[in-house]
Amino acid sequence: MNVQVPVREDGFVTTQRIAIADCDIHPYPKSLEKEVYPFLEKRWQRHVETYGVRPRQGYQRGPAYPKGQPDASRRDAYPPAGGRPGSDLGFMRLQHLDPNNVRLGILNPLRNGQGLQNQDFAGALCRAINDWQIAEWTSKEPRLKASIVVPYEDAVASVREIERRATDKTFVQVLLLSRSAEPLGQRRYWPIYEAAERAGVPVAVHAFGYGGYPVTGGGWPSFYVEEMVGHAQCSQSVLTSMVLEGIFVRYPKLRVILVEAGFAWLPPLAWRLDKLWARMKDETGLERLPSEYIRDHVWLTTQPMEEPDTRRHLADTIEWIGWDRLLFATDYPHWDFDDPARALPLPISDAQRHNLFFANAQAVYSLG
Amino acid sequence: MSKHVVAALKDFPPGSRKLMMIDGRPIAVFNIKGELFALLNRCPHQGGSLVDGHLTGLVEAPEPGRYRYSRPSEILRCPWHGWEFDVRTGKSWCEPSRIRTRAYEVAVEVGQQLVEGPYVAETFSVTVEESYVVVDA
Repeated sequence: MNVQVPVREDGFVTTQRIAIADCDIHPYPKSLEKEVYPFLEKRWQRHVETYGVRPRQGYQRGPAYPKGQPDASRRDAYPPAGGRPGSDLGFMRLQHLDPNNVRLGILNPLRNGQGLQNQDFAGALCRAINDWQIAEWTSKEPRLKASIVVPYEDAVASVREIERRATDKTFVQVLLLSRSAEPLGQRRYWPIYEAAERAGVPVAVHAFGYGGYPVTGGGWPSFYVEEMVGHAQCSQSVLTSMVLEGIFVRYPKLRVILVEAGFAWLPPLAWRLDKLWARMKDETGLERLPSEYIRDHVWLTTQPMEEPDTRRHLADTIEWIGWDRLLFATDYPHWDFDDPARALPLPISDAQRHNLFFANAQAVYSLG
Repeated sequence: MSKHVVAALKDFPPGSRKLMMIDGRPIAVFNIKGELFALLNRCPHQGGSLVDGHLTGLVEAPEPGRYRYSRPSEILRCPWHGWEFDVRTGKSWCEPSRIRTRAYEVAVEVGQQLVEGPYVAETFSVTVEESYVVVDA
Protein backbone atom coordinates (compact mmCIF):
# COMPACT_ATOMS: atom_id res chain seq x y z
CA MET A 1 0.00 0.00 0.00
CA ASN A 2 1.63 3.23 -1.04
CA VAL A 3 -1.21 5.73 -0.61
CA GLN A 4 -2.34 6.60 2.89
CA VAL A 5 -4.55 9.35 4.13
CA PRO A 6 -2.97 9.94 7.54
CA VAL A 7 -4.92 11.16 10.52
CA ARG A 8 -3.81 14.65 11.40
CA GLU A 9 -1.50 13.56 14.20
CA ASP A 10 0.65 11.57 11.80
CA GLY A 11 1.79 14.79 10.20
CA PHE A 12 3.65 15.73 13.40
CA VAL A 13 5.73 12.63 13.73
CA THR A 14 9.03 12.96 11.97
CA THR A 15 12.32 11.14 12.28
CA GLN A 16 13.87 10.53 15.68
CA ARG A 17 15.24 13.81 16.91
CA ILE A 18 17.90 14.67 19.47
CA ALA A 19 16.74 15.71 22.92
CA ILE A 20 16.46 19.46 23.23
CA ALA A 21 15.82 22.20 25.74
CA ASP A 22 13.44 24.83 24.42
CA CYS A 23 14.13 28.05 26.32
CA ASP A 24 11.18 30.06 25.00
CA ILE A 25 7.68 28.56 25.04
CA HIS A 26 4.64 30.82 25.36
CA PRO A 27 1.64 29.46 27.26
CA TYR A 28 -1.66 31.36 27.25
CA PRO A 29 -4.68 30.99 29.52
CA LYS A 30 -7.77 29.54 27.82
CA SER A 31 -9.39 32.60 29.34
CA LEU A 32 -8.54 34.90 32.23
CA GLU A 33 -11.90 34.18 33.82
CA LYS A 34 -11.56 30.43 33.68
CA GLU A 35 -7.92 29.88 34.55
CA VAL A 36 -6.50 33.02 36.18
CA TYR A 37 -9.43 34.38 38.20
CA PRO A 38 -9.11 31.56 40.75
CA PHE A 39 -5.78 33.16 41.74
CA LEU A 40 -6.89 36.78 41.50
CA GLU A 41 -8.64 38.62 44.33
CA LYS A 42 -12.26 39.63 43.68
CA ARG A 43 -11.21 43.26 43.70
CA TRP A 44 -8.94 42.74 40.69
CA GLN A 45 -11.45 40.58 38.88
CA ARG A 46 -13.82 43.53 39.09
CA HIS A 47 -10.99 45.79 37.93
CA VAL A 48 -10.50 43.70 34.78
CA GLU A 49 -14.21 43.88 34.03
CA THR A 50 -14.54 47.61 34.70
CA TYR A 51 -11.27 49.09 33.48
CA GLY A 52 -9.68 46.36 31.38
CA VAL A 53 -6.00 45.39 31.24
CA ARG A 54 -4.22 48.60 30.27
CA PRO A 55 -0.55 48.46 29.28
CA ARG A 56 1.76 51.44 29.35
CA GLN A 57 1.32 52.40 25.71
CA GLY A 58 -1.25 55.14 25.39
CA TYR A 59 -4.77 54.86 24.12
CA GLN A 60 -4.70 51.54 22.38
CA ARG A 61 -5.51 47.94 23.01
CA GLY A 62 -3.29 45.05 22.06
CA PRO A 63 0.09 45.29 20.37
CA ALA A 64 1.27 48.41 18.55
CA TYR A 65 1.56 46.64 15.16
CA PRO A 66 -0.56 43.97 13.47
CA LYS A 67 1.36 40.70 13.71
CA GLY A 68 2.62 38.64 10.76
CA GLN A 69 0.03 35.95 11.50
CA PRO A 70 -3.14 36.01 13.65
CA ASP A 71 -2.28 36.06 17.40
CA ALA A 72 1.39 36.20 16.23
CA SER A 73 1.00 32.44 15.97
CA ARG A 74 1.72 29.54 13.68
CA ARG A 75 -1.50 28.96 11.80
CA ASP A 76 -1.18 25.25 12.45
CA ALA A 77 -0.99 25.77 16.23
CA TYR A 78 -4.68 26.39 16.93
CA PRO A 79 -5.81 23.53 19.19
CA PRO A 80 -8.50 21.37 17.51
CA ALA A 81 -10.57 21.63 20.71
CA GLY A 82 -10.63 25.43 20.37
CA GLY A 83 -8.87 28.30 22.09
CA ARG A 84 -5.84 30.29 21.07
CA PRO A 85 -2.46 28.73 20.26
CA GLY A 86 -0.49 27.82 23.37
CA SER A 87 -3.57 27.35 25.55
CA ASP A 88 -3.90 23.56 25.40
CA LEU A 89 -1.22 21.44 27.10
CA GLY A 90 -2.39 18.23 25.42
CA PHE A 91 -2.06 19.73 21.96
CA MET A 92 1.30 21.32 22.85
CA ARG A 93 2.58 17.86 23.79
CA LEU A 94 1.24 16.37 20.56
CA GLN A 95 2.45 19.09 18.21
CA HIS A 96 5.65 20.26 19.86
CA LEU A 97 7.00 18.60 23.03
CA ASP A 98 6.79 14.99 21.81
CA PRO A 99 7.75 15.19 18.10
CA ASN A 100 10.56 17.70 18.74
CA ASN A 101 11.79 15.67 21.72
CA VAL A 102 11.70 18.61 24.14
CA ARG A 103 13.08 17.36 27.46
CA LEU A 104 13.13 20.78 29.10
CA GLY A 105 10.80 23.64 28.19
CA ILE A 106 10.94 27.10 29.75
CA LEU A 107 7.58 28.87 29.98
CA ASN A 108 7.59 32.60 29.26
CA PRO A 109 4.03 33.84 29.73
CA LEU A 110 3.30 37.11 27.92
CA ARG A 111 0.35 39.47 28.48
CA ASN A 112 0.85 38.59 32.08
CA GLY A 113 0.54 41.75 34.14
CA GLN A 114 3.95 43.16 33.20
CA GLY A 115 4.09 46.70 31.88
CA LEU A 116 0.62 47.63 33.14
CA GLN A 117 0.02 51.22 34.11
CA ASN A 118 -1.74 50.37 37.38
CA GLN A 119 1.07 49.07 39.59
CA ASP A 120 -1.04 47.30 42.20
CA PHE A 121 -2.98 45.52 39.50
CA ALA A 122 0.28 44.61 37.72
CA GLY A 123 1.57 42.98 40.90
CA ALA A 124 -1.67 41.07 41.53
CA LEU A 125 -1.88 39.79 37.95
CA CYS A 126 1.80 38.73 37.83
CA ARG A 127 1.32 36.80 41.05
CA ALA A 128 -1.83 35.12 39.70
CA ILE A 129 -0.03 34.20 36.47
CA ASN A 130 2.71 32.54 38.52
CA ASP A 131 0.13 30.46 40.40
CA TRP A 132 -1.54 29.66 37.07
CA GLN A 133 1.74 28.36 35.60
CA ILE A 134 1.89 25.79 38.39
CA ALA A 135 -1.80 24.86 38.28
CA GLU A 136 -2.23 24.48 34.53
CA TRP A 137 1.26 23.63 33.28
CA THR A 138 4.18 22.57 35.47
CA SER A 139 2.16 20.41 37.89
CA LYS A 140 0.81 18.49 34.90
CA GLU A 141 3.95 18.34 32.76
CA PRO A 142 7.34 17.80 34.45
CA ARG A 143 9.25 18.76 31.28
CA LEU A 144 8.03 22.35 31.65
CA LYS A 145 9.54 24.89 34.06
CA ALA A 146 8.04 28.24 35.03
CA SER A 147 9.28 31.83 35.06
CA ILE A 148 8.82 34.14 38.02
CA VAL A 149 6.83 36.88 36.30
CA VAL A 150 7.42 40.14 38.17
CA PRO A 151 5.87 43.64 37.85
CA TYR A 152 9.32 45.07 37.17
CA GLU A 153 8.38 48.76 37.27
CA ASP A 154 7.72 48.20 40.97
CA ALA A 155 10.94 46.75 42.39
CA VAL A 156 9.52 46.27 45.90
CA ALA A 157 6.63 44.12 44.65
CA SER A 158 9.00 42.29 42.29
CA VAL A 159 11.36 41.36 45.11
CA ARG A 160 8.41 40.13 47.17
CA GLU A 161 7.32 37.89 44.28
CA ILE A 162 10.85 36.52 43.76
CA GLU A 163 11.12 35.72 47.46
CA ARG A 164 7.71 34.06 47.43
CA ARG A 165 8.81 31.69 44.65
CA ALA A 166 12.49 31.30 45.53
CA THR A 167 12.21 27.91 47.24
CA ASP A 168 9.94 26.40 44.57
CA LYS A 169 12.16 24.57 42.09
CA THR A 170 9.40 24.79 39.49
CA PHE A 171 10.53 28.38 38.87
CA VAL A 172 13.89 28.56 37.13
CA GLN A 173 14.23 32.23 36.18
CA VAL A 174 12.93 35.74 36.74
CA LEU A 175 11.20 37.14 33.64
CA LEU A 176 11.48 40.78 32.50
CA LEU A 177 10.56 42.39 29.19
CA SER A 178 13.03 44.49 27.25
CA ARG A 179 10.85 47.57 26.78
CA SER A 180 10.63 49.06 30.23
CA ALA A 181 10.05 52.58 31.55
CA GLU A 182 13.81 53.16 31.85
CA PRO A 183 16.82 51.19 30.56
CA LEU A 184 17.00 48.01 32.63
CA GLY A 185 20.48 48.70 34.04
CA GLN A 186 19.23 51.71 35.98
CA ARG A 187 19.05 51.63 39.74
CA ARG A 188 15.30 51.47 40.16
CA TYR A 189 15.62 47.85 38.93
CA TRP A 190 18.65 46.88 41.03
CA PRO A 191 16.65 45.26 43.86
CA ILE A 192 15.30 42.77 41.30
CA TYR A 193 18.82 41.69 40.36
CA GLU A 194 19.86 41.50 43.98
CA ALA A 195 16.87 39.24 44.77
CA ALA A 196 17.51 37.04 41.73
CA GLU A 197 21.15 36.63 42.70
CA ARG A 198 20.14 35.76 46.25
CA ALA A 199 17.59 33.22 44.98
CA GLY A 200 20.20 31.75 42.64
CA VAL A 201 18.09 32.10 39.49
CA PRO A 202 19.00 33.89 36.24
CA VAL A 203 17.13 36.93 34.97
CA ALA A 204 15.66 36.50 31.50
CA VAL A 205 14.87 39.60 29.45
CA HIS A 206 12.40 38.73 26.73
CA ALA A 207 12.11 41.09 23.76
CA PHE A 208 8.91 43.14 23.68
CA GLY A 209 6.99 44.96 26.40
CA TYR A 210 5.28 48.24 27.08
CA GLY A 211 7.65 51.03 28.00
CA GLY A 212 5.58 53.69 26.29
CA TYR A 213 8.48 54.49 23.94
CA PRO A 214 9.10 53.40 20.34
CA VAL A 215 11.07 50.21 19.83
CA THR A 216 13.75 52.14 17.92
CA GLY A 217 16.00 54.94 19.05
CA GLY A 218 14.75 56.97 16.09
CA GLY A 219 11.01 57.24 16.65
CA TRP A 220 7.91 55.23 15.86
CA PRO A 221 8.40 53.03 12.80
CA SER A 222 5.70 52.41 10.19
CA PHE A 223 5.81 48.64 9.84
CA TYR A 224 5.67 45.43 11.86
CA VAL A 225 8.85 44.29 10.15
CA GLU A 226 10.60 47.29 11.69
CA GLU A 227 9.41 46.25 15.12
CA MET A 228 10.69 42.72 14.45
CA VAL A 229 14.21 43.92 13.70
CA GLY A 230 13.86 46.60 16.40
CA HIS A 231 13.89 43.94 19.12
CA ALA A 232 17.60 43.40 18.47
CA GLN A 233 18.23 47.13 18.75
CA CYS A 234 16.22 47.36 21.96
CA SER A 235 17.99 44.40 23.53
CA GLN A 236 21.36 45.98 22.68
CA SER A 237 20.28 49.02 24.67
CA VAL A 238 19.24 46.80 27.57
CA LEU A 239 22.55 44.98 27.60
CA THR A 240 24.58 48.16 27.22
CA SER A 241 22.71 49.71 30.13
CA MET A 242 23.24 46.65 32.33
CA VAL A 243 26.97 46.53 31.63
CA LEU A 244 27.71 50.25 31.92
CA GLU A 245 25.55 50.81 35.02
CA GLY A 246 27.73 48.19 36.67
CA ILE A 247 25.12 45.62 37.70
CA PHE A 248 27.57 42.78 37.04
CA VAL A 249 30.09 44.44 39.37
CA ARG A 250 27.43 44.95 42.02
CA TYR A 251 25.93 41.45 41.64
CA PRO A 252 28.85 39.23 40.66
CA LYS A 253 26.81 35.99 40.55
CA LEU A 254 24.02 37.44 38.41
CA ARG A 255 23.26 35.63 35.15
CA VAL A 256 21.26 37.37 32.42
CA ILE A 257 19.56 35.63 29.49
CA LEU A 258 18.45 37.72 26.52
CA VAL A 259 15.46 36.02 24.91
CA GLU A 260 14.15 36.34 21.36
CA ALA A 261 16.36 39.12 20.10
CA GLY A 262 18.71 37.08 17.90
CA PHE A 263 22.41 37.14 18.66
CA ALA A 264 24.56 38.01 15.63
CA TRP A 265 24.60 41.66 16.71
CA LEU A 266 26.50 40.89 19.89
CA PRO A 267 30.12 40.78 18.64
CA PRO A 268 30.07 44.23 16.95
CA LEU A 269 28.31 45.75 19.97
CA ALA A 270 31.01 44.38 22.25
CA TRP A 271 33.75 45.65 19.89
CA ARG A 272 32.30 49.15 20.01
CA LEU A 273 31.89 49.04 23.78
CA ASP A 274 35.45 47.83 24.32
CA LYS A 275 36.91 50.46 22.02
CA LEU A 276 35.09 53.32 23.71
CA TRP A 277 35.72 51.92 27.19
CA ALA A 278 39.45 52.19 26.53
CA ARG A 279 39.07 55.93 25.95
CA MET A 280 36.24 56.75 28.37
CA LYS A 281 36.38 54.37 31.30
CA ASP A 282 36.64 57.26 33.75
CA GLU A 283 33.09 58.25 32.76
CA THR A 284 31.53 55.10 34.24
CA GLY A 285 34.29 53.83 36.50
CA LEU A 286 33.88 50.36 35.02
CA GLU A 287 37.08 48.44 35.72
CA ARG A 288 37.04 45.59 33.22
CA LEU A 289 36.37 45.47 29.50
CA PRO A 290 32.61 45.45 28.76
CA SER A 291 33.07 42.26 26.72
CA GLU A 292 34.47 40.51 29.78
CA TYR A 293 31.31 41.16 31.79
CA ILE A 294 29.26 39.98 28.82
CA ARG A 295 31.24 36.76 28.52
CA ASP A 296 30.94 36.06 32.25
CA HIS A 297 27.29 36.93 32.81
CA VAL A 298 25.26 36.81 29.60
CA TRP A 299 23.48 34.02 27.70
CA LEU A 300 21.26 34.42 24.64
CA THR A 301 18.48 32.32 23.16
CA THR A 302 18.89 31.50 19.49
CA GLN A 303 15.49 32.30 18.02
CA PRO A 304 14.84 34.05 15.72
CA MET A 305 18.09 32.77 14.29
CA GLU A 306 19.80 35.04 11.77
CA GLU A 307 19.90 33.44 8.31
CA PRO A 308 22.89 34.77 6.33
CA ASP A 309 23.30 33.43 2.80
CA THR A 310 26.80 32.29 3.72
CA ARG A 311 26.01 30.08 6.72
CA ARG A 312 29.64 30.09 7.83
CA HIS A 313 29.18 33.68 8.93
CA LEU A 314 26.73 32.45 11.55
CA ALA A 315 29.33 29.97 12.82
CA ASP A 316 31.92 32.77 13.03
CA THR A 317 29.51 34.80 15.11
CA ILE A 318 28.78 31.91 17.46
CA GLU A 319 32.51 31.28 17.75
CA TRP A 320 32.94 34.78 19.19
CA ILE A 321 29.94 34.57 21.53
CA GLY A 322 30.85 31.05 22.66
CA TRP A 323 29.17 27.69 21.97
CA ASP A 324 28.49 27.51 25.70
CA ARG A 325 26.48 30.75 25.74
CA LEU A 326 23.64 30.12 23.32
CA LEU A 327 20.40 28.46 24.38
CA PHE A 328 18.20 26.91 21.73
CA ALA A 329 14.62 28.22 21.65
CA THR A 330 11.67 27.72 19.30
CA ASP A 331 9.23 30.47 20.42
CA TYR A 332 6.36 27.96 20.11
CA PRO A 333 3.54 28.65 19.25
CA HIS A 334 4.51 31.93 17.59
CA TRP A 335 4.78 32.30 13.83
CA ASP A 336 8.53 32.96 13.78
CA PHE A 337 9.08 29.51 15.33
CA ASP A 338 12.51 27.92 14.74
CA ASP A 339 12.37 24.19 13.95
CA PRO A 340 15.17 22.42 15.87
CA ALA A 341 15.83 20.11 12.92
CA ARG A 342 16.20 22.96 10.41
CA ALA A 343 17.20 26.13 12.21
CA LEU A 344 20.96 25.60 12.43
CA PRO A 345 22.15 24.17 9.11
CA LEU A 346 25.82 24.14 10.02
CA PRO A 347 28.33 21.32 10.11
CA ILE A 348 29.07 21.35 13.84
CA SER A 349 30.47 18.79 16.22
CA ASP A 350 28.26 16.56 18.36
CA ALA A 351 29.55 18.32 21.46
CA GLN A 352 28.66 21.75 20.07
CA ARG A 353 25.22 20.52 19.08
CA HIS A 354 24.61 18.94 22.48
CA ASN A 355 25.67 22.13 24.27
CA LEU A 356 23.63 24.50 22.18
CA PHE A 357 20.50 22.36 22.06
CA PHE A 358 20.55 21.04 25.61
CA ALA A 359 23.50 21.20 27.99
CA ASN A 360 23.89 24.99 28.10
CA ALA A 361 20.29 25.29 29.32
CA GLN A 362 20.84 22.61 31.95
CA ALA A 363 23.88 24.52 33.18
CA VAL A 364 22.42 28.03 33.26
CA TYR A 365 19.27 26.80 35.01
CA SER A 366 21.27 24.56 37.37
CA LEU A 367 19.21 21.49 36.42
CA GLY A 368 20.30 17.88 36.08
CA MET B 1 6.98 9.04 -11.18
CA SER B 2 3.86 6.97 -11.24
CA LYS B 3 0.20 7.75 -11.02
CA HIS B 4 -1.61 7.30 -7.72
CA VAL B 5 -5.35 7.35 -7.20
CA VAL B 6 -5.72 9.25 -3.95
CA ALA B 7 -9.45 9.87 -3.51
CA ALA B 8 -12.85 9.68 -5.10
CA LEU B 9 -13.71 13.11 -6.48
CA LYS B 10 -17.02 13.14 -4.59
CA ASP B 11 -15.03 13.00 -1.31
CA PHE B 12 -12.86 15.92 -2.34
CA PRO B 13 -15.15 18.91 -2.96
CA PRO B 14 -14.00 22.44 -3.88
CA GLY B 15 -12.46 24.17 -0.86
CA SER B 16 -11.15 20.95 0.65
CA ARG B 17 -7.55 19.85 1.15
CA LYS B 18 -5.88 16.63 2.21
CA LEU B 19 -2.45 15.51 3.34
CA MET B 20 -1.46 12.27 1.57
CA MET B 21 1.51 9.98 2.06
CA ILE B 22 2.53 8.83 -1.41
CA ASP B 23 5.49 6.47 -1.59
CA GLY B 24 6.66 7.85 1.76
CA ARG B 25 6.39 11.47 0.65
CA PRO B 26 3.96 13.87 2.34
CA ILE B 27 1.96 15.58 -0.41
CA ALA B 28 -0.67 18.28 0.12
CA VAL B 29 -3.57 18.15 -2.35
CA PHE B 30 -5.95 21.09 -2.73
CA ASN B 31 -9.25 21.44 -4.54
CA ILE B 32 -9.49 25.14 -5.33
CA LYS B 33 -12.79 26.00 -6.99
CA GLY B 34 -12.84 22.67 -8.77
CA GLU B 35 -9.21 22.79 -9.88
CA LEU B 36 -6.75 20.39 -8.25
CA PHE B 37 -3.20 21.13 -7.10
CA ALA B 38 -0.57 19.03 -5.34
CA LEU B 39 2.58 20.24 -3.55
CA LEU B 40 5.24 18.53 -1.49
CA ASN B 41 4.07 19.24 2.06
CA ARG B 42 7.36 20.67 3.26
CA CYS B 43 8.18 24.34 3.19
CA PRO B 44 11.67 24.67 1.66
CA HIS B 45 12.51 27.38 4.20
CA GLN B 46 12.19 25.56 7.54
CA GLY B 47 9.91 22.62 6.91
CA GLY B 48 6.48 24.01 7.85
CA SER B 49 3.48 21.86 6.93
CA LEU B 50 2.03 23.56 3.84
CA VAL B 51 -1.32 21.77 4.03
CA ASP B 52 -1.99 23.90 7.13
CA GLY B 53 -1.26 27.11 5.23
CA HIS B 54 -3.64 29.90 4.33
CA LEU B 55 -4.78 30.24 0.70
CA THR B 56 -4.75 33.85 -0.33
CA GLY B 57 -4.32 35.90 -3.48
CA LEU B 58 -1.63 37.99 -5.06
CA VAL B 59 -1.30 41.58 -3.93
CA GLU B 60 0.78 43.81 -6.16
CA ALA B 61 1.41 47.53 -5.91
CA PRO B 62 2.62 49.31 -9.06
CA GLU B 63 3.20 52.40 -6.91
CA PRO B 64 2.54 53.48 -3.31
CA GLY B 65 -1.19 53.77 -2.64
CA ARG B 66 -2.31 51.66 -5.61
CA TYR B 67 -2.94 47.97 -5.08
CA ARG B 68 -4.07 45.16 -7.32
CA TYR B 69 -5.47 41.90 -5.96
CA SER B 70 -5.54 38.97 -8.32
CA ARG B 71 -5.51 35.20 -8.46
CA PRO B 72 -7.63 34.67 -5.32
CA SER B 73 -6.89 31.39 -3.46
CA GLU B 74 -3.90 30.53 -5.68
CA ILE B 75 -1.18 31.75 -3.33
CA LEU B 76 -0.40 29.50 -0.36
CA ARG B 77 1.12 31.08 2.77
CA CYS B 78 3.22 28.76 4.93
CA PRO B 79 1.66 28.58 8.42
CA TRP B 80 5.00 29.37 10.08
CA HIS B 81 7.01 32.22 8.59
CA GLY B 82 4.57 33.24 5.89
CA TRP B 83 6.59 32.33 2.78
CA GLU B 84 4.14 32.49 -0.14
CA PHE B 85 3.97 29.89 -2.90
CA ASP B 86 2.20 29.77 -6.24
CA VAL B 87 0.08 26.60 -6.05
CA ARG B 88 0.50 26.14 -9.83
CA THR B 89 4.29 25.94 -9.77
CA GLY B 90 5.39 25.47 -6.15
CA LYS B 91 7.69 28.47 -6.57
CA SER B 92 7.85 31.11 -3.85
CA TRP B 93 6.83 34.57 -4.91
CA CYS B 94 9.86 36.34 -3.44
CA GLU B 95 12.67 33.95 -4.40
CA PRO B 96 11.22 31.63 -7.04
CA SER B 97 14.50 30.06 -8.14
CA ARG B 98 15.89 29.35 -4.66
CA ILE B 99 12.88 28.79 -2.41
CA ARG B 100 10.47 26.42 -4.16
CA THR B 101 8.60 23.30 -3.26
CA ARG B 102 7.82 20.43 -5.58
CA ALA B 103 4.55 20.70 -7.53
CA TYR B 104 2.94 17.52 -8.87
CA GLU B 105 0.51 16.94 -11.70
CA VAL B 106 -3.02 16.13 -10.56
CA ALA B 107 -5.87 15.01 -12.79
CA VAL B 108 -9.42 13.77 -12.53
CA GLU B 109 -9.91 10.43 -14.23
CA VAL B 110 -13.06 8.41 -14.61
CA GLY B 111 -13.15 4.92 -13.16
CA GLN B 112 -13.49 3.36 -16.61
CA GLN B 113 -9.98 4.56 -17.55
CA LEU B 114 -8.47 3.65 -14.19
CA VAL B 115 -9.64 0.08 -14.25
CA GLU B 116 -7.72 -0.36 -17.48
CA GLY B 117 -4.68 1.80 -16.78
CA PRO B 118 -1.46 1.16 -14.86
CA TYR B 119 -2.71 2.89 -11.72
CA VAL B 120 -2.25 2.18 -8.05
CA ALA B 121 -5.30 2.39 -5.80
CA GLU B 122 -5.20 0.04 -2.89
CA THR B 123 -6.94 1.96 -0.13
CA PHE B 124 -10.38 1.96 -1.65
CA SER B 125 -12.13 0.26 -4.50
CA VAL B 126 -12.47 1.99 -7.85
CA THR B 127 -15.75 1.73 -9.66
CA VAL B 128 -16.25 2.32 -13.35
CA GLU B 129 -18.91 4.99 -12.95
CA GLU B 130 -17.17 7.42 -10.62
CA SER B 131 -14.39 10.01 -11.03
CA TYR B 132 -11.14 9.96 -9.09
CA VAL B 133 -8.28 12.28 -8.14
CA VAL B 134 -4.98 11.02 -9.58
CA VAL B 135 -1.60 12.43 -8.50
CA ASP B 136 1.46 11.87 -10.70
CA ALA B 137 4.21 11.60 -8.10
